[in-house]
Amino acid sequence: MGEWMTVTDPHLSSESKNICQYTSETKMSPSSLYSQQVLCSSIPLSKNVHSFFSAFCTEENIEQSISYLDQELTTFGFPSLYEESKGKDTKRELNIVAVLNCMNELLVLQRKNLLAQENVETQNLKLGSDMDHLQNCYAKLKEQLETCRREMIGLQERDRQLQCKNRNLHQLLKNEKDEVQKLQNIIASRATQYNHDMKRKEREYNKLKERLHQLVMNKKDKKIAMEVLNYVGRADGKRGSWRTGKTEARNEDEMYKILLNDYEYRQKQILMENAELKKVLQQMKKEMISLLSPQKQKPRERADDSTGTVISDAEEDAGELSRESLWDLSCETVREQLTNSIRKQWRILKSHVEKLDNQVSKVHLEGFNDEDVISRQDHEQETEKLELEIQQCKEMIKTQQQLLQQQLATACDDDTTSLLRDCYLLEEKERLKEEWSLFKEQKKNFEKERRSFTEAAIRLGLERKAFEEERASWLKQQFLNMTTFDHQNSENMKLFSAFSGTSDRDSLTVHSRPRQKKPHGVSNGSLVCASKLTKSLPASPSTSDFCQTRSCASEHSSISVLNITPEETKPNQVGGEVTSQKWSTAPGSQEGCYSGCSLTHTNSHVEKDDLP
Amino acid sequence: MNFSEVFKLSSLLCKFSPDGKYLASCVRYRLVIRDVNTLQVLQLYTCLDQIQHAEWSADSRFILCAMYKRGLVQVWSLEQPEWHCRIDEGSAGLAASCWSPDGRHILNTTEFHLRITVWSLCTKSVSYIKYPKACQQGISFTRDGRYLALAERRDCKDHVSVFVCSDWQLLRHFDTETQDLAGIEWAPNGCVLAVWDTCLEYKVLLYSLDGRLLSAYCAYEWSLGVKSVAWSPSSQFLAVGSYDGKVRILNHVTWKMITEFGHPATVTNPKIVVYKEAEKNPRLALGRLAFPPPRAAAGAASSTESKYEIASAPVSLQTLKPIADRANPKVGIGALAFSPDNYFLATRNDSVPNAVWIWDIQKLKLFVVLEQLSPVRSFQWDPQQPRLAICTGGSKVYLWSPAGCVSVQVPGEGEHSVPGFLLAGCRRDSSGRAQPGSFVSLSVSSGKRPSQSPACTAWHWPGCKKAP
Repeated sequence: MGEWMTVTDPHLSSESKNICQYTSETKMSPSSLYSQQVLCSSIPLSKNVHSFFSAFCTEENIEQSISYLDQELTTFGFPSLYEESKGKDTKRELNIVAVLNCMNELLVLQRKNLLAQENVETQNLKLGSDMDHLQNCYAKLKEQLETCRREMIGLQERDRQLQCKNRNLHQLLKNEKDEVQKLQNIIASRATQYNHDMKRKEREYNKLKERLHQLVMNKKDKKIAMEVLNYVGRADGKRGSWRTGKTEARNEDEMYKILLNDYEYRQKQILMENAELKKVLQQMKKEMISLLSPQKQKPRERADDSTGTVISDAEEDAGELSRESLWDLSCETVREQLTNSIRKQWRILKSHVEKLDNQVSKVHLEGFNDEDVISRQDHEQETEKLELEIQQCKEMIKTQQQLLQQQLATACDDDTTSLLRDCYLLEEKERLKEEWSLFKEQKKNFEKERRSFTEAAIRLGLERKAFEEERASWLKQQFLNMTTFDHQNSENMKLFSAFSGTSDRDSLTVHSRPRQKKPHGVSNGSLVCASKLTKSLPASPSTSDFCQTRSCASEHSSISVLNITPEETKPNQVGGEVTSQKWSTAPGSQEGCYSGCSLTHTNSHVEKDDLP
Repeated sequence: MNFSEVFKLSSLLCKFSPDGKYLASCVRYRLVIRDVNTLQVLQLYTCLDQIQHAEWSADSRFILCAMYKRGLVQVWSLEQPEWHCRIDEGSAGLAASCWSPDGRHILNTTEFHLRITVWSLCTKSVSYIKYPKACQQGISFTRDGRYLALAERRDCKDHVSVFVCSDWQLLRHFDTETQDLAGIEWAPNGCVLAVWDTCLEYKVLLYSLDGRLLSAYCAYEWSLGVKSVAWSPSSQFLAVGSYDGKVRILNHVTWKMITEFGHPATVTNPKIVVYKEAEKNPRLALGRLAFPPPRAAAGAASSTESKYEIASAPVSLQTLKPIADRANPKVGIGALAFSPDNYFLATRNDSVPNAVWIWDIQKLKLFVVLEQLSPVRSFQWDPQQPRLAICTGGSKVYLWSPAGCVSVQVPGEGEHSVPGFLLAGCRRDSSGRAQPGSFVSLSVSSGKRPSQSPACTAWHWPGCKKAP
């Protein structure tokens, strides 16, 4: 309890006091001043309590105060403080138990009251804040109302002004209308006046003119004259004719003739135009008939009633019309016939087109049932699939665009660029991996090929050995045969071989060039192998860096070949055919190389031919 | 293009003969006849006073020279130089003089339009026609020369008289339903006469040769009406240009409007070719510019070369705001002319003075628009080809044909290297009727020397002589 007392701020307490006072005043009787005092005092600080009670009860008035308390308590419904007297005039004794009970009860009551008070106060607080809020709201709304009212007033004012203006404008319009009317009237009157004046003036003018005319003409003006050296003949060579009634009639006739001619000319033109149009119409009709005639068979076969007959009618009509020359007919009949037939044909065409439409729709309907035609489900599935694909493509495009934009946007952004670079690196790595695998495969292939080549080379070596043996035997025989061979001949032989050697070299250098330029490829590799073979047949390049050799080989090839040739030519001094043969045996060698060799071959032949 | 030397000229009188063989030019009181091909002087006639009007007869055998101030007309024969004829109108005065189509009669209008005197060169006979109306185009001969239509004013009413030209007999006389007739013109076939009212009222009336009213056309009311009228050479169309800036084409069957050609200031259709004249600035080297600029250079600046450029689709043409409170406002179709082959119609809208519209009559659509640097003074079709000559008052003549257009500088300064002489411009160009492609550009000099009077230059378009 004391705690609560200390917590409450004075302001609040005073407020509650006020409320208490208010309630006590309204609810309690004026006699209950004490309780009010108690209530009042219960709220102020507790240290006063003791002094208060001491003031109430002193040594002297214990009895009175007890009795007073008893009285009070009994009026409040508490049991009496006194013991129940057995007898009437016996002095009542203070019942301690009752007092204590009362005290306890009072305390309980007090606590309850305090609790209630607390509740009430919190409620009060709540209500106060609510009140504040409501007040604020009220103020706000009031303000709003005020502004609205002001606005309304403004609008009303404007409305009023506009109305005023409108009225004014109406007035002005009316005025203007009046003015216009007036002006129109004025104009009209002026116009009439003007016309009148004009007429008057003109009349005057005419009078004056007349007079002037009379004056000028009547007076025998000697000056009015024409001097001509001699009269000229008429342009048409005719002589002038006298004016008589006849001439007038003739003039009339001529005029009408001219008019008639003109009309005739125009009629002719119109006729021509008509004929042209008719021709066009006719052609159109014919085309229509030809268009419709293949259709005609079917309906007849089907014994279709209306169209067939109509068509035949139309055809007959057309035949009739075409037989006759159109413009011989009077316009109306032709027109009627033409329009009728055209109309008929048009109807036929229309029905035909409609039929076709029907057929098409029928076909469509049948088509759905047919198995040949894609069923609807399939179709739908397909479309769905396609749609999905489109969606995917779109997404991909979008992402690509985003990437592109990012790339563009983050040209300056280092972090992202590094990231991107990483990305690219990864991509590159992957690509490299792929390339690597491809390369490995190639390598395997190469090795296989090399193996086969070595085998071939071994075979070749064997063959060569056999051949050389053969040659040796042959040479021996030759030598034996030509023991009488003179010295000169042998020199010639040497010369030729030298020549052939140089030419060989040249051709080789020429033809080895394109090899270098060629992009790396399998064929190239084989070629290189070939060149290697020529150099040293059994020798194989180190397998580990095959790729290097591949790239280098093309460069080396020419050199190596060049290196070889002198060596090869040395034994060739004996005969050019050997080298050529050797070259030709080289597997997969280029044609150029081959031809170069064959060239040397022919050369040698020529040289040989020169020989006696 | 070949240019002749510059000839002297007075009153801008220079005429090709109808057969295209001769060129007549007047220098004060002298009349000089030149051969068109050689440009050599064939005849030289001396009149009694300064010539104010000269006209060839239709057969190119005679030429009349009118001296309005003295009421005199002198006629010269080309074949017989000694032959002469002098007509004196005496106190009645002379306001206008013209040939009849047969080339044997001269129609003289007296002052105040009192009467028209018809003088015959064949006989002594003189005919008088009373009450001619003083209007824009009151006399019209049919193309075959048979009939003359004359606008008359009697008792405050407009009338039209049709005369037979052979004996000047009145054939028809009828009053027209016009307030104040402004002009009459025969159709080229000579059977229909177009009559139009004054600009205060839009009214076009079509009369047959026998005086029947064929049709009356009115496009709108309460506004300024007809400004110009032209027949197509085939008599098939009548083009009526009006103050609302539109040309209406009437047909010859129903005499109703076939189409309406508006002349908007912006050309939006990309199919229409817009030729824009652009100045070709001669590149002047900065170092050579002298200060103050020499006069010759200043003179040359006004006649810088120009060329045509094809402008792209939405082209806005220069428009002129008409002054509303003045008479003869610069609005409406001031000039229109059909090409001799009927294929094209050239028009000028006075509120867009720098442009010439050329319409395709076959398609009844706008074909080409030419925009010049300065206002178009006049244009004329070549009598034998679809080719249009335009002049703007500068020292250039512009030619358009369906193949394209060129701007031609008429040489003048070269010959007249006199300092201070300046070729101010061509006022008018006329083309020979039978001689295709021969042009005379008439020019006025604003020179300080009095001797540098108006001059003319005859010139040929190359290849035109080969034309049939």
